[in-house]
Amino acid sequence: MSLGTDVLALAYLVSAALFILGLKGLTHPSSARRGNSFAISGMVIAVVATLLEGGIHSYGFIIAGIIIGGTIGTVIAMRIEMTAMPQLVALLHSFVGLAAVLVAIGTWLNRDAAGLLNPTLAAELAVGTFIGAVTFTGSLVAFGKLQGLVSGAPLSFSGQHLLNLLLGIAMVGCAIWFWSDYSATPLLLMTAIALLLGILLIIPIGGADMPVVVSMLNSYSGWAAAATGFTLQNNLLIITGALVGFSGAILSFIMCRAMNRSFFSVILGGFGAEESGDESISAAAAERGVKAAAVEDAAFFIENASKIIVIPGYGMAVAQAQHALKELMGVLEDKGITVVFAIHPVAGRMPGHMNVLLAESDIPYENVKEMEEVNPEFSTADVALVVGANDITNPAAKSDSSSPIYGMPILEVSKAAHVFVIKRSLKPGYSGIDNLLYYQDNCSLIFGDAKEMCEALFTELKGGH
Amino acid sequence: MSETLVALYIFALACFIGYQVIWGVTPSLHTPLIALTNAISGIIIVGAILVTGSENTSATTQWIGFIAVTLASINIFGGYFVTHRMLSMFRKKK
Repeated sequence: MSLGTDVLALAYLVSAALFILGLKGLTHPSSARRGNSFAISGMVIAVVATLLEGGIHSYGFIIAGIIIGGTIGTVIAMRIEMTAMPQLVALLHSFVGLAAVLVAIGTWLNRDAAGLLNPTLAAELAVGTFIGAVTFTGSLVAFGKLQGLVSGAPLSFSGQHLLNLLLGIAMVGCAIWFWSDYSATPLLLMTAIALLLGILLIIPIGGADMPVVVSMLNSYSGWAAAATGFTLQNNLLIITGALVGFSGAILSFIMCRAMNRSFFSVILGGFGAEESGDESISAAAAERGVKAAAVEDAAFFIENASKIIVIPGYGMAVAQAQHALKELMGVLEDKGITVVFAIHPVAGRMPGHMNVLLAESDIPYENVKEMEEVNPEFSTADVALVVGANDITNPAAKSDSSSPIYGMPILEVSKAAHVFVIKRSLKPGYSGIDNLLYYQDNCSLIFGDAKEMCEALFTELKGGH
Repeated sequence: MSETLVALYIFALACFIGYQVIWGVTPSLHTPLIALTNAISGIIIVGAILVTGSENTSATTQWIGFIAVTLASINIFGGYFVTHRMLSMFRKKK
């Protein structure tokens, strides 16, 4: 039915264009919602066209799947809290990976039954299965780490790189075997190894490197779709897969650049210390001259400031302090004080994590600035308020060449006139090292939960001094 | 040109487009970007539909396809609504 095929191809072209325009809409918040609408339209057109012109013979399972999946997806999306966004995204990536594996197996079953298997198709199926399987289990592990089901600490064991290498070789072997006889055993074996590799690759990566992992898995899910496109000779899958694949890859690159670590050093893992309770550090704090401050002290300095820069970090997300920060900002702006939020690219557990949380609490995006834009402003800021951020403020990244974070671009918090850091304790952050900022003369620590401290600051400032 | 070669052409061009478009996304929207590309990767549903509904599909394959369609649908609906919620939060100062 060539007319049908042409209509389908045209529909796919329109879909692809809508996806591209949709992503383009995300270049600015004002066009972003329109972009989302374009993308939805593209998806609807693609699905409807496939249902009508794709040579479909039975609709029952398909319609049922869409209704069930659609309902589950909608309910989850409407009820999930913004702070659970990284976990949700990781979980959704795993679904795409699994779907890709199932589609590959299903395609193999269909083509086998029709006697249409050939070497090219076999190679494409092998690639699709591999990428899909790694994405599936890798994303599940990422989900587990983000949700706290699996330890966030990097889990390494000796010989793991060798093990991964051996598994990789075994898998290539199976792929070649499959390529020659298209039988079930090599295909299933290959899938099993890939599933295992997915787990082994993500387990050694520490919790705070998750922004890179999430982006990476986002990328993989795209390549899985593209590979599926090759097997089904479906150009829309190929195009869309490439778009998503690049999106994740570019985000990963940006994250790695922001940490000044190479992609491979992040992926091979093993970085970052276990968050162990070390009371002696707090005890030694006074000895080493870390100043503790009360909320009232900070309020005094803040009240007399004309410009304040707030630096949010993962601690803010954990304590859900973003709403308290909004209220704090309200009372400060009423007093004519300028409030700016400084975002470091890898603050939080996901690219743009802080931006979403601040947006959720209704903080206008004009007040939220990225690192490169805001760094020059620290020297003219009267007060810098660090809320649950650590490594991204540590001057050791510039001065201490032996430090694991050396070379990482940081927020120039130390240049502000007065620095207040809200922190639960003196436990080291993800990198396990001391933050030199805390020993500076102009820096004081406010010990406590981010939300409680921000609310206390708000009360203090509102009540008048 | 063989089908595979055409596919490679398209893939290569799509890569260039992807590179150009994604670099333009503003950092404050990176999380919605991940959510949206997640939803878009639900396009795998097209593959799942073709596998489930094609002519010589066995019962086993139909079940496999059904699961794939369900998973992809969760992604599509979930991804779009989550993106929508997030983008609604990014507002201009009044």
